[in-house]
Amino acid sequence: MRLDDLITSPSPWLQPGGPQSDIVLSTRVRLARNVAGRPFTTRLRAEERQDLESYLKSAVLKAFGPKTIAWFELAGMSEVDRRCLVERHLISRELAAAEGPRGVAIDAAQQTALMAIEEDHVRLQVIFPGLQLEEAWRAADAADDRLESEVAYAFSPHLGYLTACPTNVGTGMRASVMLHLPSLVLTRQIEKVFRAVARMRLAVRGLYGEGTQATGDVYQISNQASLGRSEEDILKTLAAVIPQITSYEQQARAVLADESPAALDDRIYRSWGVLSNARTISSDETLMLLSAVRLGIHMGRLKGVDLGTVNELFLLTRPGHIQKQHGGELSEPDRDIARATYIRKHLGVA
Amino acid sequence: MICQRCKKQQATVHLTEIRQNEKHERHLCEDCAKEEGVAFKPPMNLPDILSGLVEAHEAAGKEANLACPDCGITYAEFRNQGRLGCPHDYEVFAEPLHEVLEKVHGATEHAGKVPHRAGTDITAPRQLMQLRRQLQAAVENEKYEEAARLRDLIKDKESSGET
Repeated sequence: MRLDDLITSPSPWLQPGGPQSDIVLSTRVRLARNVAGRPFTTRLRAEERQDLESYLKSAVLKAFGPKTIAWFELAGMSEVDRRCLVERHLISRELAAAEGPRGVAIDAAQQTALMAIEEDHVRLQVIFPGLQLEEAWRAADAADDRLESEVAYAFSPHLGYLTACPTNVGTGMRASVMLHLPSLVLTRQIEKVFRAVARMRLAVRGLYGEGTQATGDVYQISNQASLGRSEEDILKTLAAVIPQITSYEQQARAVLADESPAALDDRIYRSWGVLSNARTISSDETLMLLSAVRLGIHMGRLKGVDLGTVNELFLLTRPGHIQKQHGGELSEPDRDIARATYIRKHLGVA
Repeated sequence: MICQRCKKQQATVHLTEIRQNEKHERHLCEDCAKEEGVAFKPPMNLPDILSGLVEAHEAAGKEANLACPDCGITYAEFRNQGRLGCPHDYEVFAEPLHEVLEKVHGATEHAGKVPHRAGTDITAPRQLMQLRRQLQAAVENEKYEEAARLRDLIKDKESSGET
């Protein structure tokens, strides 16, 4: 599998048809693991870091088989490629920006990814479309078992999997659900969701993780505590909270349609109008407009527009992917022109 | 817009509640929102918790100087960076970390998955790390025979699954 093929193929987590995919974009489970008998990442000396990278590379390829998974070194990768992997949620911004030996193993389905030498030695993640907490955990658990057949983990019977940051110790698990909540934003109720969620030791983040602004009305909800409860228990809390949020979003959609249908349609159709006519457009504006269009499709108010196409644009209009399609780096103004052209072509209105 | 509660300050917190499909809007200033407990406060994060604990421990002062014999990190360094240096730190800093774990997770004991290999000698990984550091020192000091011996020993230990 070549990196170029991977970056230009559709991202499975954006495929429509997953459970509750009108609101839940994707479900992700990630496990933090460290190799026993080695310092954590920040304390690795240069040679130790190099040695750990080759060790993990051969262990991962042996555990999963080179036909199932491909290994990519980050050190020699172009900035555009690294950016594309971040936009696809296959690597973290931290791994992309780090220096020194580090890598990522990705399976052909782009469902499983193992980051090597991130904050922890290994960050294993599984990403599924729609709401599939149990399925994602089962897949992550199985992948973890596979890796464990080759690697001895740093583990303590009392504290569980030992991680570089004590916030991840224990299960090392972070389960997160990505939600599209445009109506809760429009009716200014999103703060209420944040408050309820924070009380349950759950965290809310934007589309691209820690410290990012929520763009396109997309939010990630994940567990904060990783110690003291089993993986299944942690998932149960999330599984109980998510339906409440989605039904809240549904209610807000109903209220909008009921009370201000003209304003709602105006927003949806203006967004559609700008997307299909703009000659230069920023990535943030694109996300905002796509969000309204996606809402319009799901509410049955915007007909004849394909949901899969719109979902794909959430990813394909990000700065990394626009530059990848262009075939190299572009300045921001040039990117905005390329993006507008790309959107019109993709929507078939060029 | 003026706050509906105190009717003095500018309203900056806007709430829309839906009760039985009826919309109720409220506009409050920051202070009133806080008093009513409706202002959104992000959950505590690790730097906040750690700096909060600094004050509590500064009086005792002893933790700051604790250092891990394996990786060399001190508790003060950990507090500044928020990242530990090696797995053994959890033992070295057990006491001050207990409080951190309690605050972050509301728990201090693992209750989840256990790796199949767990239960083997827990001192082996530490030995391995020490051997690796010795190997590096041997290479740096150009003691190549010693380095070769250590390399074989590490390989043996690693492949025997002792870790």
